[in-house]
Amino acid sequence: METDQLIRTLAADNTRRARPVGFVLALALVAAAPVSILMFFTTLGVRPDVMTAMHNPFFDLKFAVTLALAIAAMVVSLHLSRPEALLRGWALLLLVPAGILALGIGAEMMVPQRLPMMARLVGHNSRVCLLAITLFSLPLLAGALVGLRHGAPARPAVAGAIAGMLSAGLAATLYASHCTDDSPLFVATWYGIATALVAAIGALAGSRVLRF
Amino acid sequence: MHERADEWTDLMRRAISGDSAAYHRLLGAVTPVLRVAARRGLARAGQPLDQSEDIVQDILLAVHLKRHTWNTDAPFAPWLFAIARNKLIDALRRRGRRIFVNIDDFAETIPSEPAAETVPASEVAAQLQSLPARQRQVLQSIAVDSASIRDTATKFSMSEGAVRVALHRGLARLTAKLREQ
Repeated sequence: METDQLIRTLAADNTRRARPVGFVLALALVAAAPVSILMFFTTLGVRPDVMTAMHNPFFDLKFAVTLALAIAAMVVSLHLSRPEALLRGWALLLLVPAGILALGIGAEMMVPQRLPMMARLVGHNSRVCLLAITLFSLPLLAGALVGLRHGAPARPAVAGAIAGMLSAGLAATLYASHCTDDSPLFVATWYGIATALVAAIGALAGSRVLRF
Repeated sequence: MHERADEWTDLMRRAISGDSAAYHRLLGAVTPVLRVAARRGLARAGQPLDQSEDIVQDILLAVHLKRHTWNTDAPFAPWLFAIARNKLIDALRRRGRRIFVNIDDFAETIPSEPAAETVPASEVAAQLQSLPARQRQVLQSIAVDSASIRDTATKFSMSEGAVRVALHRGLARLTAKLREQ
């Protein structure tokens, strides 16, 4: 086919309006979320003392951190879905959840604790935490990648890693309502490792599926 | 340069708001620039220039299918060149891995300057054959026979809407196949 012919064909297809990437991403996440939620409720479920736990600011802090991560990663991944976008200052957004966590660790240091620092960091559920966040995030990661395929990221692996953080943030929000380890030290360590793991999976998958 | 870039941005805005003639003009205007860039990229990578038109068509398809990622408040040229760079790198990587160039075969044909006339592209045409029959017929009718959507609909006794759908799906599928190869 000659290039002039191709151009004529493309012009004939101009009537078709594509949806914005943000819309498709939101749709794909909404479609994937029930799978993760079902996985969560059939295996772990919300912790029984959740009503009292809600009065503990360190329990609530976990949600501030995980949701901040999910939202920041969503904003950055949408930015990166444009081919000419650079990461640059946008990466700073991802420091917001880390900053909230650091404040939490500082606050925890100020109040007297029953358990020594190492015991709080190691916690009781580290293995379940790693496994749960990683597994619950996989359906969401698949959804995020499907949504972002609608975009045109110049660096698919980076975009995939951010999609991993987005899904880890959402999966960690589910898991946080089950976990009895509320210390920000535990969150920073184990949620952090799980997020890094999912980001790595996302980078690997993204480098394949996000090429356009 | 700035005038040209402004003109592109203006044409693309009109294209996005539904002006197909403006879109046609825009694609026609950017193609020679993309062609020069593709040639330069191939030359720098020490690859034969006869693939430049395939790369140009690859870029045009990506521009078409990803144009919703262009922010209409931003200038068009940086977006276009980002797409072009991406596709060029992709193409060079792919060919670098798959094509075994025999130096003797090319020793005589490597031109010292880019050839003035364009070499025909072959990849889109080849992948066209692998499309489902309906999509291939619609694409060929519009591309090769330069039939309109309406004429194509009459020819295949389809509705115009069905022709549009087949056209769009065919282009999307073609692009996916080019990426996978």
